[in-house]
Amino acid sequence: MTVLQLLQRLWGKESERPSKEQAKERLRLVLVHDRAGVTPDRVLPLLKDELIAVISKYMDIDESGLDVTLSTEDSQMALVASIPIRGLRQRL
Amino acid sequence: MAGRVIVITSGKGGVGKTTTTANVGMALAQLGRRVVLIDADIGLRNLDVVLGLENRIVYDLVHVAEGSCRLRQALIRDKRCDTLFLLPAAQTRDKEAVAPEQMRKITADLAEEFDYVLVDSPAGIERGFKNAIAGASEALIVTTPEVSAVRDADRIIGLLEAAELHEPRLILNRVRLDMVRRGDMMNMDDVLEILAIKPIGIIPDDESIIVSTNRGEPVALDPHSRAGQAYREIARRLEGEDLPLVPPQATDGWIGRLRRFIGLQSR
Ligand SMILES: Nc1ncnc2c1ncn2[C@@H]1O[C@H](COP(=O)(O)OP(=O)(O)OP(=O)(O)O)[C@@H](O)[C@H]1O
Ligand SMILES: [Mg+2]
Repeated sequence: MTVLQLLQRLWGKESERPSKEQAKERLRLVLVHDRAGVTPDRVLPLLKDELIAVISKYMDIDESGLDVTLSTEDSQMALVASIPIRGLRQRL
Repeated sequence: MAGRVIVITSGKGGVGKTTTTANVGMALAQLGRRVVLIDADIGLRNLDVVLGLENRIVYDLVHVAEGSCRLRQALIRDKRCDTLFLLPAAQTRDKEAVAPEQMRKITADLAEEFDYVLVDSPAGIERGFKNAIAGASEALIVTTPEVSAVRDADRIIGLLEAAELHEPRLILNRVRLDMVRRGDMMNMDDVLEILAIKPIGIIPDDESIIVSTNRGEPVALDPHSRAGQAYREIARRLEGEDLPLVPPQATDGWIGRLRRFIGLQSR
């Protein structure tokens, strides 16, 4: 350990990333999964209805073909929505 | 006016629920409040030994629930503070021996007579937890600054919300300031970035807790203990005082003392 490293350690500033940042990052990710796991049945239908309401303002969509799901890939969670469009609405 | 029924819970085991219940209860009683502590951890009774009252138990929570004694008969008065009482758990029964409906009745009866009814919840989210929260109108969640404990606390926040127990408050236990300073432990601000909850106290990791538990003397009675100070502050916040939330002054070994001595850090 160099004198500089020793001083840095005394200062509490180490060059490597502090482990608490890793803890926070892992927690954020795991909680997205946990929370979604507890509620998708309740949240997704509500989300779907609101999505239809918002998108219908701008586009004519096929509500029966609409599909909204959560997918987990590469330790990332994504909201995947497939929304068939029949046409654009006239400019408001 | 009926007293407040507050459950102390956590999800994860061993994070300090029983220690918190004993000490916050003692601190409230020291403020002159009439306090009763209920040990809802049936089968793994602990609150009695933390309080040093284990030799005085005759009746317990299950006896009361089953009606084989009167509620008053089961209450043990603390030997140091005459406004503090314990309703012990049964040691040789299991969690199914009491139903949530019975807990609601017992806590409501106690709230008629006491300013505070604190319920020490067992770990987990099953029957024992459901019993513990049944009669409560407020909740304190205990966690430590570790990934697993914080994750479980998040789950508990969701379950409490679903049970209509709104606005629980968080106690962060076993904080080591030396580790927080070098970035190896989350502090309260870090945890609050992650959990949707308001804080009510930060308890340092403190040897005096183990010493006081050995003796059966709650650390809240020790005027020199940092953890005791932290518990007394939680009691005052429950009473409505607006105290700043800073961890008590650290005594974190010679490096910390050296750093403060040469002025590298304040406090
Ligand atoms: N702030 C602290 N500093 C040092 N030791 C502590 C602290 N808080 C708790 N402990 C110790 O940790 C252990 C577990 O504490 P406690 O029994 O209060 O946890 P619990 O959440 O009630 O556990 P369980 O889930 O088994 O009921 C005990 O030995 C206690 O003395
Ligand atoms: Mg316990």
